[in-house]
Amino acid sequence: MGLRRVAITGAGTINALGHDVPTTLAALAEGRLGIGALDLPDIDRLAIRIGGQVKDFDPTAIHSRQELTLYDSFTRFGLHAAREAIAASGLDFAGELGERAGVVVGTGVGGAETLDENYAALFRDGKNRVHPLVIPKLMNNAAGSHISMAHGLRGPNFTVSTACSSSNHAMGLAFQLVRSGAATAMVTGGAEAPFSFGGIKAWEGLRVMSKDGCRPFSKTRNGMVQGEGAGMFVFEEWDHAAARGADILAEVIGFQMTSDASDIVMPSEGGAARAISGALKDAGLAPDEVGYINAHGTGTAANDRTECAAVRRAFGAAADDVMISSTKSMHGHLLGGTGAVELLACIMALRDGVVAPTIGYQEPDPACDLDVVPNAAREAEVEVAVSNAFAFGGLNAVLALRRV
Amino acid sequence: MRSDVKDKVVEIIAELAVLEPSDISMDSTLDELGVDSLGLVESIFAIEETFEIDVPFNANEPQASEFDISSVGAIVEAVTGLVEAKKG
Repeated sequence: MGLRRVAITGAGTINALGHDVPTTLAALAEGRLGIGALDLPDIDRLAIRIGGQVKDFDPTAIHSRQELTLYDSFTRFGLHAAREAIAASGLDFAGELGERAGVVVGTGVGGAETLDENYAALFRDGKNRVHPLVIPKLMNNAAGSHISMAHGLRGPNFTVSTACSSSNHAMGLAFQLVRSGAATAMVTGGAEAPFSFGGIKAWEGLRVMSKDGCRPFSKTRNGMVQGEGAGMFVFEEWDHAAARGADILAEVIGFQMTSDASDIVMPSEGGAARAISGALKDAGLAPDEVGYINAHGTGTAANDRTECAAVRRAFGAAADDVMISSTKSMHGHLLGGTGAVELLACIMALRDGVVAPTIGYQEPDPACDLDVVPNAAREAEVEVAVSNAFAFGGLNAVLALRRV
Repeated sequence: MRSDVKDKVVEIIAELAVLEPSDISMDSTLDELGVDSLGLVESIFAIEETFEIDVPFNANEPQASEFDISSVGAIVEAVTGLVEAKKG
């Protein structure tokens, strides 16, 4: 059997911009800011007090007490997004299809919130025991496993943890499973709940967080701002989707992952450029066929400069004609969930012809002299979109999608 | 007081640079001493813990920071200022 084509037939999300795909896309198109003051206990002990928090989401209205005992926030976000994606796809995994369908989820810190709460109980409050279900609640594969249990997905199921590239790695591997014929459909994306007290303290220590906003590519940028939530998709064998008349959102056409093998935190132009070029090669594309890049665009000095240089290296002269934006300026950096929420911006560009902006842009930086779609969305016919993710540890994962 | 701060800062930087305190002059830059970006955030952490102060430093804009890291002498000055400010 040759390679199969891969269709995206469902999408779901929850993030600081909204609790579903339509609300999120409307916010991305408007350039709405989802980042604001963090609402957390002991906030006065934190130096970083802003983030892209999910608002007005009451898990007790959705889940039973017993379920909540088992679900860390990242699992709740993952389940919420997966439910929307699967409903949109129209697929039912109860029958035989469920054995040919699986889950690949990306998460950076998994159940860190549960870990943090329970360490506090032991070390701060002096308790001598923790809840008996702490382990299944905090494990990184909890979200993926609960998604499979809720929907009868009985094929391959695994969780990828590659820091800020986690969800691009997850979706790339799901793409490869469907393309190779190993699975008919995969539910894939990422989920993250990074706003634990200990987690924020640890990030503060790295000195790369902004106290006042995420301004990718702007000369005035001063760091990253975190976000929480999830993005999930249904990747389905093209012929299977077409045969049942599914509404195909986009086609996944290329993926490449590379390792810098150089530094544990500083990004590398070469590693990033090889991932971008590799994804284009995998898709059989020339750089000038790409209309939009959803940037990793964290708003740190190091990432944005290195990413722009990598795009120039991979695209050559075509770099001057491609639009590149960072939607982290709106929803924040969801770490292991970020590429999944950002794939929505790629789908919006392809399907609706609307390119999401980089908001918060104040002043050009000569080191980032690409068309970063500053502050206002743009209407454009986009045939191919690329999504970049570059992680601490030097791990790069780039996806390419085509308009249907 | 000032020389006390100086000795402790030099000790912190020497340890991170794997050098003897006597190898470090006030004109030395962190770069010359082989202290990279990770070593820098580690040294700032050690300074905060040693002097019980908060150092205003963002790795994204080291030049724009109120905390001058251009040389060992500049760091000693900056830490001295923060320690005195804490005393009020």
